[in-house]
Amino acid sequence: MAHSTTHHHESNTKRIWFVFALLSFVTIVEVFLGIIKPEFLVDTHFLAMRLLNWIFIILTIYKAYYIAWAFMHLEGESKGLRRAVVWSAIFLISYLMFILLTEGDYIFDVFKNGQVAWDF
Amino acid sequence: MEATVIRTGTEGKTWGGGNEPLKASYGKMMMWFFIVSDALTFSGFLAAYGFSRFKFIDSWPIADEVFNHFPFLHGVDAPMYYVAFMTFILIFSSVTMVLAVDAGHHMKKGKVTLYMFLTIIGGAIFVGSQAWEWKNFIQGEYGAVTTMGGNVLQFVDAEGERVAIEDFVAELPVTRVANQRNNGIWFSENETVSEYTIEEVKAGFAANEDILIRTKMFDENGQKTILSREESLSKLNAEAIGVVQGANLTHNEYGPPLFADFFFFITGFHGFHVLSGVIINIIIFFNVILGTYERRGSYEMVEKVGLYWHFVDLVWVFVFTFFYLV
Repeated sequence: MAHSTTHHHESNTKRIWFVFALLSFVTIVEVFLGIIKPEFLVDTHFLAMRLLNWIFIILTIYKAYYIAWAFMHLEGESKGLRRAVVWSAIFLISYLMFILLTEGDYIFDVFKNGQVAWDF
Repeated sequence: MEATVIRTGTEGKTWGGGNEPLKASYGKMMMWFFIVSDALTFSGFLAAYGFSRFKFIDSWPIADEVFNHFPFLHGVDAPMYYVAFMTFILIFSSVTMVLAVDAGHHMKKGKVTLYMFLTIIGGAIFVGSQAWEWKNFIQGEYGAVTTMGGNVLQFVDAEGERVAIEDFVAELPVTRVANQRNNGIWFSENETVSEYTIEEVKAGFAANEDILIRTKMFDENGQKTILSREESLSKLNAEAIGVVQGANLTHNEYGPPLFADFFFFITGFHGFHVLSGVIINIIIFFNVILGTYERRGSYEMVEKVGLYWHFVDLVWVFVFTFFYLV
């Protein structure tokens, strides 16, 4: 009965507000970058994607990490549960993304360079 | 009675049952595994979105131009401010949720009640905002012309600013009525008739010398291509077959039909999660008020719905990035 609450719980209020400030700050940075769209970030490509988009994606994963670790309290769970949750998701999602994005790019090439008229 | 007590002789041993190798209660663990599977569902949606976007990489709509409304600022170009506001609402309701969980650990019923209440309010504001966003998206602002190849052509003035169809359309004495079931053969009916006919748009376009056509294709500067007046005229007369205003699942004025489809499915699926999260939160909120968890001696239920609520926030962070930023 109530086994998970019988052991002592520290109050995390300070950390919660810190994470809130951090997430808000990162969101503001994202929106700011999205509105001004600095030219060199848009024009510079890294691995076939704009540097700006890489920044957005990395900041998103950074935010996701804090939501999962601090808000969902993964940092306090056992290593086994944490790995079961995080690695299952990361592995399957990366695989799905790789397959579908590669395939989408291939179809784009077919539409563009193949002997197919699709805009008539 | 003693006959019903089963003794295996393994009490206290590893295989005697009651073990928690992951050190989480059954309910919490299952909530986590539900979240993993739900995360995979959302990834399926977002990966399919990415697939279509890579397929139409040279003609996908620019999100800033589509989602540029803000309440009480009609006609003002305000890209992303509103969706940023929605993101803040959701992050903040996540904060109040985690504060409720934290208060639950210390068995402070009053604080749990207050924070749960704030979380519910935040969720309701978010769902309302999303409804407003949908309304703008479905209604559309400028309108466009559809082509035989399934593309849309939009209209701009000499400065490259968007022009709404209703601002230049010519009035022709044509009355078109949508065929209804009661006057149709074989109980068929038309799809909804657009407000203006393609002939009216063509006539209005020919009469207004300074209006040009903008296609969905990106030029080398990453801007949408604007055709010259002659190209515009010939393209409009050769290819245009219909007028579209706003969006539904088959046509939209922004770009490929898939764009609107994914908007409706992904934000709709997420909005449905928020809605169900709010409802579950309300149930738990009443349980907190009634003192259910006080009597149970544990506020773990608050923690479990909290996990779900944070997950909804987590998904929104990704939807925000892939739909509005990238």
